[in-house]
Amino acid sequence: MRFLLLLPLLLLSTLAAKGEEVVAGLSQNRVAITANFDGSEILIFGAVKRIAPPPEGDPLDVIITVSGPMSPVMVRRKDKRVGIWVNTDAVEVDAAPSFYAVASTRPLDDILTNTEDLRHKVSIENVIRSVGAPATITDSENFTEALIRIREDKGLYQTLENGVELSEDTLFRTSIALPANLTEGDYNARFLLVRGGSVVGEYVTELDVSKVGLERWLFNLAHEMPLVYGILSLFIAIVAGWGASAFFRRYLNS
Amino acid sequence: MQIYLPIAEVSVNAFLLLGLGGLVGILSGMFGVGGGFLMTPLLFFIGIPPAVAVATEANQIVASSFSGVLAHFKRRTVDFRMGGVLLVGGLIGAALGVQLFNALKEIGQVDLLVTLSYVVFLGIIGGLMFIESLRALMRSKKPGAVPKRRKHNWVHNLPFKMKFRTSGLYISVIPPIMVGVLVGILAAIMGVGGGFIMVPAMIYILGMPTKVVVGTSLFQIIFVTAFTTLLHATTNQTVDMALAVLLLIGGVIGAQIGTRIGLKLKAEQLRILLAVLVLAVCGKLALDLLLQPSELYSLGTGGGH
Repeated sequence: MRFLLLLPLLLLSTLAAKGEEVVAGLSQNRVAITANFDGSEILIFGAVKRIAPPPEGDPLDVIITVSGPMSPVMVRRKDKRVGIWVNTDAVEVDAAPSFYAVASTRPLDDILTNTEDLRHKVSIENVIRSVGAPATITDSENFTEALIRIREDKGLYQTLENGVELSEDTLFRTSIALPANLTEGDYNARFLLVRGGSVVGEYVTELDVSKVGLERWLFNLAHEMPLVYGILSLFIAIVAGWGASAFFRRYLNS
Repeated sequence: MQIYLPIAEVSVNAFLLLGLGGLVGILSGMFGVGGGFLMTPLLFFIGIPPAVAVATEANQIVASSFSGVLAHFKRRTVDFRMGGVLLVGGLIGAALGVQLFNALKEIGQVDLLVTLSYVVFLGIIGGLMFIESLRALMRSKKPGAVPKRRKHNWVHNLPFKMKFRTSGLYISVIPPIMVGVLVGILAAIMGVGGGFIMVPAMIYILGMPTKVVVGTSLFQIIFVTAFTTLLHATTNQTVDMALAVLLLIGGVIGAQIGTRIGLKLKAEQLRILLAVLVLAVCGKLALDLLLQPSELYSLGTGGGH
């Protein structure tokens, strides 16, 4: 209830800060995963639009995030049982992005307060949603940390401190490397303007990542008509097997 | 040249896959085995998800077995009747195996099951083969000692007897069906054709003549792996056609080269080499289970229920 009462106040405060707005673009709105896709780099740029001169005091910082679709992830831990390492404990993380990059003009801790980070879900830890671990597991945060660690190693989660270049408090740009093992879905790019530890402007744009061509066709066939896909796989195998044996018999043996 | 695999959703080097296919193809041509037991662990090592590796490998074995069985058709060294009986068991086994595979995937133990099966079976087969071929080598140095073959064992005392003319056998259908079930389960779980288990079982348990063993085993493997491929494709959507095609191209070419190398080596030497290879793969997988992994955590898809 108290929150509802506060809501108009919050709205008022954002309106008051609306002196600065983001105008932004991506080098591409669409990432096509083709058969020879091996990663891609997107260039993200924009400018801060102002009606009045920039406010005095706290310096302006820019945070740019690129996020992939959210999905539940099962995190399992191995433990030694009867001499061998087996999966024992498991925690399901309710929603984690398949890809997440956060770039900023300065380290996040220096420019954003914890409450603002939580409210706007900026850092990777705050984007991941994990509600309940089974009662038998007391250290569920280790599982979330492992999830972040594993995906960071694969280049799927990136924290690029000082990754955004801001010039004249107006123009900004960054580039984000999308790894080769990208999954498809609706991605979005978010721009946050930060002053004095809180977010003063926000802008979101979409980025479509999808398989195209043969990749698309095979993936759809496998999921929509699995029997046809299976039979086609077998057909290719039989033809290849027969073809190889016929070819070698004709041209190499005689 | 990187290639993005549509089902596995990972990007791998196409030449690496062609090379792996070729290498395993050479070995399978040399030793007359399908090579699934080598290829599936290799696919794990290069980062293909186990479920996709197992299902896709089944598809690839269809091709290599089909290529191999054609030569045996010509030489009339396929016992169709025995193949049919083994097949009945094989299909039952494959269906059971896919169920078991899916059930363990749910509770996150599929990697353990696959690795354990590999360690146990490769260990047993590799060990037996090694001892057997060492003995054969020693025998060949001492002329005069002829290996004795047992004429009658428990297999001959079971009901439901059937005549297998090509093999020259009159035995119960129960042992072949049981061998078929076992191999079918393994085909589904391990992504192998099962030739490395079926061939010794046919010789030592069923007492089939060696000349029809390989052809009959290949004939049966085609159908069991084809059935496994279909089951994995329809229940899990884990058959990656792009991956299969690349492995196939390398595999069929490698197999032809391997066959030619194999002709130049002696049978005992070949068997010792194969035994060493099998034991090496087994040892590597066993170490994975016994040593503490550098990353204790692993990720899987959630929300399955």
